[in-house]
Amino acid sequence: MTTDATIMLRRNFKHMVRNPTSLFNAVIFPVVLLFMFVYVFGDAFNVGVDYVDYATPGLILLAICYGLGSTATAVNSDMTKGIINRFKVMDVSRGAVLTGHVVTSVLTNLIAIAAIVGTAFALGFRPHASFLDWLGVLGIVALTGFAAGWITIALGLAAKSPETAGIAAVPLVMLPFFSSAIVPADKMGPGFKQFAEYQPFTPIIETVRGLLAGAPQAGDVILAVAWCAGLAIVGYLWAVSTFKKRA
Amino acid sequence: MTATAIEVSGLRKAFGDRVVLDGIDLTVAAGSVFSLLGPNGAGKTTTVNVLTTLMRADQGTVRVDGHDIDAEAKAVRKAIGVTGQFAAVDDLLTGHENLQLMADLRRLGNPEDVIGGLLDKFELTDAAAKPVSTYSGGMRRKLDLAMTLVGRPRIIFLDEPTTGLDPRSRRTMWQIVRGLVADGVTIFLTTQYLEEADQLADRVAVLDQGRLVAQGTPADLKRQVPGSHVLLRFADLATLDAAARVFPGSTRDDEALSLKVPDDGGTKSLRGLLNRLDEHSLDADEFSVHTPDLDDVFLALTGHKSAEETA
Repeated sequence: MTTDATIMLRRNFKHMVRNPTSLFNAVIFPVVLLFMFVYVFGDAFNVGVDYVDYATPGLILLAICYGLGSTATAVNSDMTKGIINRFKVMDVSRGAVLTGHVVTSVLTNLIAIAAIVGTAFALGFRPHASFLDWLGVLGIVALTGFAAGWITIALGLAAKSPETAGIAAVPLVMLPFFSSAIVPADKMGPGFKQFAEYQPFTPIIETVRGLLAGAPQAGDVILAVAWCAGLAIVGYLWAVSTFKKRA
Repeated sequence: MTATAIEVSGLRKAFGDRVVLDGIDLTVAAGSVFSLLGPNGAGKTTTVNVLTTLMRADQGTVRVDGHDIDAEAKAVRKAIGVTGQFAAVDDLLTGHENLQLMADLRRLGNPEDVIGGLLDKFELTDAAAKPVSTYSGGMRRKLDLAMTLVGRPRIIFLDEPTTGLDPRSRRTMWQIVRGLVADGVTIFLTTQYLEEADQLADRVAVLDQGRLVAQGTPADLKRQVPGSHVLLRFADLATLDAAARVFPGSTRDDEALSLKVPDDGGTKSLRGLLNRLDEHSLDADEFSVHTPDLDDVFLALTGHKSAEETA
């Protein structure tokens, strides 16, 4: 069956293929960061385990956030160029246009993560995760991409121009740095430490880290899923209301 | 078919404190071209946005194709096509793919026939397989309009369809609009150009700071505007004297040896004017037609120049 959402999805996939630099960028940058952290900074951090084992879960999250910039820009350019208005006056399902963007955003994330995990293995990453743990990682990563994707789409719709949309997504891109992604939160300075402990990415990263180590902590998992669900709902409602209002 | 395509009464819209539409009433007959004429900032795009269900009005009722725009927005959207001020085309897709997207969304059973027909009609067949990012401004506008026509809407809104186009593309656009009218489509057109309204519209309404200051046929409107005249320049004072006697109501300028004869600028009246010169064996060295532009219309109808100049 052809639905508005599948038609939109087809359009977004074509965009991805036609504009490979955006996907390339989303894949390459996190991989470069992984090299930097593992080879350049890694020996300076004492995290109690092999640094590549510590950093890979963090860089998985970083890869998700890094991909969001292009999502925000793409959504905004649809809005400001009048494409969204064209769909609106054609009575295209209200959610379809946005769903297309969310799905491509999550897909970009998954491709970037596959690249990160592959590179990490080459650098000596040795997780102790079972098949079920890996499924858990996939689940939490997709959920995080979905939640962050909705927030990004709302940001993209609300921004005045594609440039400001890209900038609006920067705090999201930066959040993983102020979490336990690169170094443990208790090694940070005052203020940052508290922020890192309570912000959403820390439980998400700890969940991924736990799953990859083969020993997920129930507390982290519940908190991570709750954050994702909350962010997804807020992002969705904000995006839909902006979509309806802005003409 | 309803005899009335669009019916607007008491339409008001404000953004915060700024009143953009201050009580608009208008009626557009089915199968006709209605033009909303006004300078930038007069409220033309807001009117189109409200009429096409993109924006909600604060007050007033609007019926499009017999359906209330608030209560039956879906039915309205099925009946209309909209081409906005800036070409809303997908740069990363080809011309063909853009049309395909529209055909898919409209669930057409024979997409290739429709797409092929439109590409042909808009002379885009050669460029169909190229990405739209390589198109010229005129081609983008044409593609935009072609996309609007997929699914054959009965009522088409064109928001400043020729602003920023070169004269040749503008003429092509006019021809396309005339072709649509011949097919029985109703057109609601906004423009900044009096000439465009004059060329295309059956009825014109002049919008100024959110109010309609005049409505009527282009001829009605131009009658209200002084300054539409023919300027004749003669070789000597004697010929000017003779000509002034032939055209009572004209104004003479002895210094420039010229005569201003009121005239609507149409071919019929011009032919009449030239014939009368011939009958009296009068030869003019120079002959030029001066038609009022939007500023003349504004000056005459509102007592002030168009908003952008007073602001």
